[in-house]
Amino acid sequence: MNESTHAIFTRPQSFRDVVTHYCPGCTHGIIHRLVAEVLDEFGIRGRTVGVGPVGCGVFIYNYFQTDFLEAPHGRAPALATGLKRVRPELIVFTYQGDGDLASIGTAEIIHAANRGEKFTTIFVNNAIYGMTGGQMAPTTMPGQITTTSPRGRNVEECGYPIRMAELLSTLRTPAYIERVAVHTPQNIIRAKKAIRKAFQYQIDNKCFSLVEVLSTCPTNWGLTPNESLNWLEKTMQPYYPLGVFKTPDTEEQK
Amino acid sequence: MTRILMKGNEAIAEAAIRAGAIYYFAYPITPQNEVGEYMARRLPEVGGVFVQAESEVAVGNMLFGAVASGKRAFTSSSSPGISLMQEAISYMAGARLPVVLINIMRGGPGLGGILPSQADYFQSTKGGGHGDYRVLVLAPSTLQEAVDLTMLAFHLADKYCNPTMVLADGMIGQMMEPVEFPENYAEEPVPPKDWATTGCQGRAPVIIKSLNLDPVVLEKNNLVLAEKYKLMKRDEVRFEAYKVNPKNRILMVSYGTMARICQTVIDELEQENISIGLLRPITLFPFPSKEILAEAVKPNIEVVLTVEMSMGQMVEDVEAAVRDKKPVEFYGRTGGIVPTPEEVRDYIMKILAKETPTVKSWKG
Repeated sequence: MNESTHAIFTRPQSFRDVVTHYCPGCTHGIIHRLVAEVLDEFGIRGRTVGVGPVGCGVFIYNYFQTDFLEAPHGRAPALATGLKRVRPELIVFTYQGDGDLASIGTAEIIHAANRGEKFTTIFVNNAIYGMTGGQMAPTTMPGQITTTSPRGRNVEECGYPIRMAELLSTLRTPAYIERVAVHTPQNIIRAKKAIRKAFQYQIDNKCFSLVEVLSTCPTNWGLTPNESLNWLEKTMQPYYPLGVFKTPDTEEQK
Repeated sequence: MTRILMKGNEAIAEAAIRAGAIYYFAYPITPQNEVGEYMARRLPEVGGVFVQAESEVAVGNMLFGAVASGKRAFTSSSSPGISLMQEAISYMAGARLPVVLINIMRGGPGLGGILPSQADYFQSTKGGGHGDYRVLVLAPSTLQEAVDLTMLAFHLADKYCNPTMVLADGMIGQMMEPVEFPENYAEEPVPPKDWATTGCQGRAPVIIKSLNLDPVVLEKNNLVLAEKYKLMKRDEVRFEAYKVNPKNRILMVSYGTMARICQTVIDELEQENISIGLLRPITLFPFPSKEILAEAVKPNIEVVLTVEMSMGQMVEDVEAAVRDKKPVEFYGRTGGIVPTPEEVRDYIMKILAKETPTVKSWKG
């Protein structure tokens, strides 16, 4: 690069210079990048510890330039609790998929949120188990075909998809909870703002914060990357409305 | 040093604080609730943290997060609760993390009962969770020893970067005895915790994990663990020999509360000129196999008798240690029943009269 040119778009420092293992069209990479950008912007990389999930995000520690713990399936909020309680000076975040957070780890996330643990959760909801090959998740849409719902999710047997952001918002303990999506540039910008806000609340030691991110899984949905973005908007978004569900500031403090 | 009369569970709690473990995560379960109650009151006084978790599953994983950051943290629980922690124990063993677990055993299986038992020997000493790993297990038989071993447990956990358990029965947890805490507690140096996730400012990022999809790498991790267990077997075997001498006709092997009852029996029979020695394992893993064999093969020993508050668990390690060189007998009660000296004595008399029962059908 000569003196008359300068980079206007670079890899965040918090992100390693490596190729991710994610499938073409998967939006995990975008979400990773947004988190890395926020860590850079706040200058907190050196005091951040991430807690990874089990699922497609399990290798997240290969992509971030921060300390990382790999949690058992669903238990990231418990690890984050232990870590943050004994080292409150750290910035701690968990990165969890919908099988991890909304199925096997429901107890851990609900109680961490209810105790008001001061860490941040990035919850990636793509309505399916990706890593294990496309099985039905608690977030799988009614009628959605997966390898374990080959005739489509039957709500008579399996119930309706769990809306985690709404469910967690019923808790009295102050928290910041927002749902965003990453299927269009405008939504990505909004998602970034939400993730920034979530970390800001943690930096201010204010509350538990969780951003649910609607994400795609072209491989297991059996769609092209473009069709996937469309399916997210047409099928998932009406059931999983975007927006802020809870902030500590608007809380009724009875 | 002053002697204080304390309840076992509270003495263990205070011992942990004296060893510098001021982070405690737990879920209520009988018969060890006094540990958590003591910690809830005491930890704020010493700048520590007490978290009552939503489950023992969460407890294990909170510990995972806490010890990964390099701090001394621990939990206490009882049998069913320890079962729920096996997930995290396996992960921490795989990730080579130093954690201390106190198990105040109650009767099982299942919900079992709340009275003292030694039925978790297998679970504690043979791994407990999935995968190829061991937990270092310390078994106190007095409250003073419970204090000393609890403090030692933190040292050994740090020394080997390995889950370490203090395995006591409900009797140890519930009874009261005088104890002393060392005034100026000093430890041998432990390896620096340069592996801890404390934020990567000024150094390369640290990753603590147990996933290794490459079998060569995973086997390598298991080989490192295996080397560690070999070192424990070489350097950490602890036991007490009670009235062990060449005149012994029977070598008893027993641990914890049960060993104290055996000592009473040994003292009584000594008056009747029946010489019996007791080898009391203090570390259950590593197990004092060599020491048991060395005593068992002595010419006067007719039988090796293992007595447990279980239907026979440690006896399998005793049998392996004795290698068929001498007959191994077993006596045990379980489900919360603690054998009395009289019934142990009766069994010994049967052994000496060669009247011990044969195996019964499971149908009764």
